[in-house]
Amino acid sequence: MVTVKIYINGKLIGTTDEPEAFLEEVKAKRRSNELTHELNITFYEENNEIFIFTDPGRARRPVVIVENGQSMLTDEIIDQVAEGKMKWFDLIHEGIIEYIDAEEEENAYIAMFEEDLTPEHTHLEIDPSTMLGICAGIIPYANHNSSPRNTMEAGMTKQALGLYVSNYNLRTDTRAHLLHQPQMPIVKTKSMVSTEYDKRPSGQNFVVAILSYQGCNMEDALVMNKAALERGLGRSSFFRSYEASERRYPGGQEDHFEYPENMVRGYRSEEVYKNLDEDGLINPEVTVTSGDVLIGKTSPPRFLEDVDEFGTVAERRRETSVTVRHGEHGIVDKVMLTETIEGSKLAKVKVRDHRQPEYGDKFASRHGQKGVLGLIVPQENMPFNEEGMCPDLMINPHAIPSRMSIGQIIEMLAGKAGCMEGERVDGTPFTGVPEEEIKRLLKENGFETHGREQLYNGITGERFNAEIFVGVAYYQKLHHMTSDKVYARSRGPVQVLTRQPTEGRAREGGLRFGEMERDCLIAHGAALALKERLLDESDKYEALICGDCGRLAVRDKIRDRTYCAICGETETFPIEISYAFKLLLDELKSLCISPNLVLEDKA
Amino acid sequence: MDVEQVQTVVNEVGADYFPIKLVEEIAEAGERNNLTDEELEKLVLKVKEAYEREEVEPGESVGTIAAQSVGEPGTQMTMRTFHYAGVVELNVTLGLPRLIEVVDARKKISTPTMDIYFTDEFKNDEEFIRKMGNKIGKITLNDVIKNFNVNYMDNVITAEIDQDILDERRLEISEVTGEIEKTFKHVTINNNLLSFETTFSNDEEKIQQGIRELRLLADKIRDLQISGVKGIGKVVIRHEQNEWVIHTEGSNIGAILKIPGVDIVRTTTNDIFEIEKVLGIEAARNAIIHELYTTMEEQGLSVDIRHIMLVADMMTSDGTVKSIGRHGISGEKSSVLARAAFEETGKHLLNASIRGEVDHLTGIIENVIVGQPIPHGTGSVGINMKKID
Repeated sequence: MVTVKIYINGKLIGTTDEPEAFLEEVKAKRRSNELTHELNITFYEENNEIFIFTDPGRARRPVVIVENGQSMLTDEIIDQVAEGKMKWFDLIHEGIIEYIDAEEEENAYIAMFEEDLTPEHTHLEIDPSTMLGICAGIIPYANHNSSPRNTMEAGMTKQALGLYVSNYNLRTDTRAHLLHQPQMPIVKTKSMVSTEYDKRPSGQNFVVAILSYQGCNMEDALVMNKAALERGLGRSSFFRSYEASERRYPGGQEDHFEYPENMVRGYRSEEVYKNLDEDGLINPEVTVTSGDVLIGKTSPPRFLEDVDEFGTVAERRRETSVTVRHGEHGIVDKVMLTETIEGSKLAKVKVRDHRQPEYGDKFASRHGQKGVLGLIVPQENMPFNEEGMCPDLMINPHAIPSRMSIGQIIEMLAGKAGCMEGERVDGTPFTGVPEEEIKRLLKENGFETHGREQLYNGITGERFNAEIFVGVAYYQKLHHMTSDKVYARSRGPVQVLTRQPTEGRAREGGLRFGEMERDCLIAHGAALALKERLLDESDKYEALICGDCGRLAVRDKIRDRTYCAICGETETFPIEISYAFKLLLDELKSLCISPNLVLEDKA
Repeated sequence: MDVEQVQTVVNEVGADYFPIKLVEEIAEAGERNNLTDEELEKLVLKVKEAYEREEVEPGESVGTIAAQSVGEPGTQMTMRTFHYAGVVELNVTLGLPRLIEVVDARKKISTPTMDIYFTDEFKNDEEFIRKMGNKIGKITLNDVIKNFNVNYMDNVITAEIDQDILDERRLEISEVTGEIEKTFKHVTINNNLLSFETTFSNDEEKIQQGIRELRLLADKIRDLQISGVKGIGKVVIRHEQNEWVIHTEGSNIGAILKIPGVDIVRTTTNDIFEIEKVLGIEAARNAIIHELYTTMEEQGLSVDIRHIMLVADMMTSDGTVKSIGRHGISGEKSSVLARAAFEETGKHLLNASIRGEVDHLTGIIENVIVGQPIPHGTGSVGINMKKID
């Protein structure tokens, strides 16, 4: 007899000599609702340990309980559920369905289908596709894909634009994307019913042809039909909300929403205020670009005793307006005026930007096939079939074989069949409409069963030698768009401390010439190109050095002379160094290390 | 056409730097094609042209390019360990961890192994090599006993020597018992049966301590080494390419090379420090090249061997194996700024200030920091003023 240790949430709490009986008892109590259904128990025979887990954050999933090879979910119960007499939690309380976690799964023997049940089975899948979560459940025919592609799609579908909420018009999300004409996918899955995907869809059904177009869809680029885009395909809006409130300061002063006078400290140009009303707020449907003021606001001076040139204490308020972000533009969608919890004025301005697909926007099918828009072709140049129909999208044939996303091929066939039938097709993994059925439907509608069609070159009108695979696939527009990312800089702001260019698009920063790039110039022996990048285009600085002591000297502009702070009136020499190096010298001095420069003539 | 004749022609055209092997090859080609003296000279000139074209130009950034050529494929390497098929498995560190180990010049590498080859006389003699394997490999008492029993009641440990294992390992029972008697005092040996006692009596007070003592004794008994070379653990004997080879876990090339029958030319270890100690710095250099090259090659990455040779040259240039990093090459740079820019900035700046070091700004990194053109490539030219009387 072996004693088995029992752990609850990883803590040893006791032992048992009859592990099997203990296990059965706990499970029975859980099923009869004596113990919480959120508990899971596992027996590791090889270690003689029983683990009971109740802590939060475990991944659990529901399965039907099987006893003696009989599913507890009988037809009778299914009828009751259908009639609405039983709900989901009734099934759990009655011990018909239970949630198991990753640990308990180790001891479970789960049948995929009811026909497969044997007396050894402990559980039955509600449906094989319940193995998949919300994101992976969206993939039709996922069982035909290679697993990395399914994983990628599960990640990407979260980035898809769609109808994210139905009250978006009343909300003031800081950032929000909205797809203009979201469609329900023609090829659906059963998971979509539970997640009500059809009510919040996040994509559109594209007519897709798999062929190369002048090489413009190589490396996963996409070629799209210009006419389709102009009809609204892949169109979206981007909303950004700005807000400001009239803060109160100690001492009875407060911010004001107003049209700032040109007296205020930090006054911008008159241009950016032109759309403001008298109340300091902008009007809806005004076109704005970066730098334009949305909410005109002034704040009290930071220091009360602000003495001006005439020796009087004049109140000069500070300009603290809210402006459109750098690099963004749009149309004012909504202006809201309300109040904060403290009762001060609060303004919110929502700016909308219209996004028609442009080069570089990212799209993805539901099979991890992502790509960026590489070419927009006028409809007259698109390949067409004998009925004169042309695809919305062309993807490169090379995108398929190495990735083995066969699910997409089947989805395209099913989509095509569904379009012709005017019906949606069930593409649930493992149990969806089988390939043969799709082929039959295609054949009935006068298509080839393999889905390939005779296409004609849109430019020359010649017939292509090969038949082209054409189908309908559900494509998603992902929230990585060119207009959020394009950026270039020639001159611009620098950091105060180092005098090097700022970093990042939002700060109008430079593009970093990093260590590895530096190594490349060194390897090429391009000494002067390197100096230009690292010094002239960055933090070039002319320092004065005392010829006697080698320390930094001072230039007195008023008296127009130079001197050394230590040696006095000595000869000084200007040298060209990076400001970062001057900073290093200063910091060394602050550490009680005195670096001296020994000067030589320029070689 | 003899080599000397070709050599004179080679010297005449001013290509006396040709390696002997190249000269020999030219001679061979001349022989084969019955070249006249005139044609031979033409050939030598052509070879000279081709040879010079292949040379690295003066001022080429060989170091940076070598670093990039080794570093870039390094980013693609994945962790993988290799297993030899067989009953006993040997684990050998490969891939990026191994690369780092070699370049860091670690004194203690994680998986030292040796490949022991034998001279022509013995290399197909399986019996001899199995015997050798047992002599080299570590065998503990635990490997050759059965029915090991710790009796807490009588404070006695009993065990039985397994004759079958002895036969398989080609050991004599006297070797085993001799080793036991040498180590343990309170032991009785009765043919195959062993019985050990602790020095403790059955004193009630000491019973608790006695159990501990007994357990320690049990471990000591099991770990008793019966045969093997110091530093070497398990061995794997394999038949590879028509000969028998011993692979070992652990390494001791000094001791192994002294064993008669071992092929001292082909037998190797992957422990570079041992090679340096036993065979010298040139051998260590070759070992570094070989280890780096095979590690990369095994991962399907091909790096030109000359880059790796440069790395190995740098590591061994002063007669000892130095690492690439702050304890080795980078730590020995003459420039304060270059050292401070690499690692341990504070330490270098502080020490430099204590000693009053002067940085003459002769290197690359220093000049990048200061903001001057680097003394390399287009930056290496300047104007020298010559004083005219």
